[in-house]
Amino acid sequence: MENHINYNNLQKNTKRRGTVYHIIVYTLLSVWALIVLFPFYWMILTSVKSYGSYNAEYIPAFFTLSPTLQNYFDAFTTVPLLRYLVNTLIFTLLTTGIMMVVITLAAFAFARLSFRGKDLVFTLFLSLMMIPNELVVITNFVTITDWGMRNSFLGLILPSITSVFYIYLLKENFAQIPDELYYAAKVDGTSDLRYLRRVMIPICKPTIVTVAILKVIECWNSYVWPRLITDNPNYYLVSNGIQEIRENGFGRENIPAMMAAVVVISVPLIVLFLIFRKKIMAGVSRGGTKG
Amino acid sequence: MDNNNKKAWLYLLPAVLFLAVFMVYPLIDVLVYSFEEGYNSASQTYLGIGAYNYSYVLHDPYFLQAMKNTFILVMITVPVSTMLALLISLGLSSIKPLRDLYQTIYFLPYVTNTLAVGLVFMILFKKTPYTDGLINLMLAWFGSAPVDFIDGPYPAKLFVLCFYTVWVVLPFKILILTSALASVNRDYYNAARVDGTSKFRIFCRITVPMISPMIFYLVITGFIGAFKAYSDAVALFGTDLNAAGMNTIVGYIYDMLYGDSGGYPSYASAAAVILFAIVLTITCINLLVSKKHVHY
Repeated sequence: MENHINYNNLQKNTKRRGTVYHIIVYTLLSVWALIVLFPFYWMILTSVKSYGSYNAEYIPAFFTLSPTLQNYFDAFTTVPLLRYLVNTLIFTLLTTGIMMVVITLAAFAFARLSFRGKDLVFTLFLSLMMIPNELVVITNFVTITDWGMRNSFLGLILPSITSVFYIYLLKENFAQIPDELYYAAKVDGTSDLRYLRRVMIPICKPTIVTVAILKVIECWNSYVWPRLITDNPNYYLVSNGIQEIRENGFGRENIPAMMAAVVVISVPLIVLFLIFRKKIMAGVSRGGTKG
Repeated sequence: MDNNNKKAWLYLLPAVLFLAVFMVYPLIDVLVYSFEEGYNSASQTYLGIGAYNYSYVLHDPYFLQAMKNTFILVMITVPVSTMLALLISLGLSSIKPLRDLYQTIYFLPYVTNTLAVGLVFMILFKKTPYTDGLINLMLAWFGSAPVDFIDGPYPAKLFVLCFYTVWVVLPFKILILTSALASVNRDYYNAARVDGTSKFRIFCRITVPMISPMIFYLVITGFIGAFKAYSDAVALFGTDLNAAGMNTIVGYIYDMLYGDSGGYPSYASAAAVILFAIVLTITCINLLVSKKHVHY
């Protein structure tokens, strides 16, 4: 009997310890969640405060009772924010589109076709993955300048439309498609290109979409190359745009309008992320960098 | 076969062409640049071949400052972010309800524009004549005097930079470690529990060894990423990093190449080669250490 009571006590103790443990875990996780979310809250909050009320606050207020959209209006009229957004959109779509074509063709050659020196070429490709961008950017800058492509979309796009890593990722995926399908298609007289278009791309669509999304994120956030290659504000992307706005945008520091611009720049990617959440997170854990 | 050969090269042509022009050629070229002394970009002439560019860069106080900043940044942010990510993913994997929500929130910094959100951090930390800023307000609750984190003393600036870097790199690490933790076979834990092993012992003897390959992967990529820090610093302190005394090695390379202090591709090349050598050395050391300590 005494034994029985002991067991009950033990169980209760373990349960209590479990609850305490869970409370601690949830508290800590919530603290970090707050740290992550707070900058987003602060930028939205600041962007709806009016210029006057923001500057009147010596002690910043955690909420506002009179939200205004004036700052968003200012962000689009006083500085060429719309132009930056359109530029970035063009740059992102063109780069991602061209890159997808280039890497699909290359991955197809590596995965499906047999040719002399394939292993050697593939090894050389892989070894290029170790080359940091910082090492090649200097010459690329000189090359693009020599070609007279500064302040043009061509100059912005050209160096970033191949990625060895994405070729590798796609090749691995293509290689999983059974050979039988290819031979069957060959017997039917299907051309390679048609086979690629009609069979391989549809089967590997998840990977292709993932790569495209990762590239879009990369393009939207790229800063260094656009900064080197453009000094004409007509060709600024959002990253340079926001830096330009910060340094000589709204006259005397108009922080609410600046925050409105930051919100406008951040929203597209956050929306994209919320739509493709699962895909993006799976893709980044397989092929992400930045960290 | 010959026909197939031609066709395969045709498919590879665009990729090979772009890689040759924008990766292989620059790689050779940057080495050549770094040894050409007194290179003049207008006339494309140089005086001689030698190591002068390296010696100039290594004696440039701006470069030494950048080295110092980068090394401190690396030494602080890599351990801190890896530990924090481990802690958070352990917490995440021990809960069921709300886990998806937390994961989504934690991932948000990954998809944001570093430059744009950096401005928010700048405003949170900055002290201006009009306001002390939010962080200083919070510090005041604990009775501390206001500090200007953006234009003030060096340690304060360094703190903001480290804090922002950790904030930016954590999503990736949390994601990797959470999936590593999820892939550990439950049987090990069950066996340990049958033996009455304590939680801490389970963590040290089962969890850490099982996910050690992923931890080392994160440490290595973390080192490489942190050595290349640049846009975080620009976001916080503006484009003139030398004036702020917060330049990084990569920042120094770009400043040498372009901008108000630019026009010296030789110095930039030498600095880039030095950076590559440092990163390569550290990565090799990491790999050697990991060979000894990764149990798997």
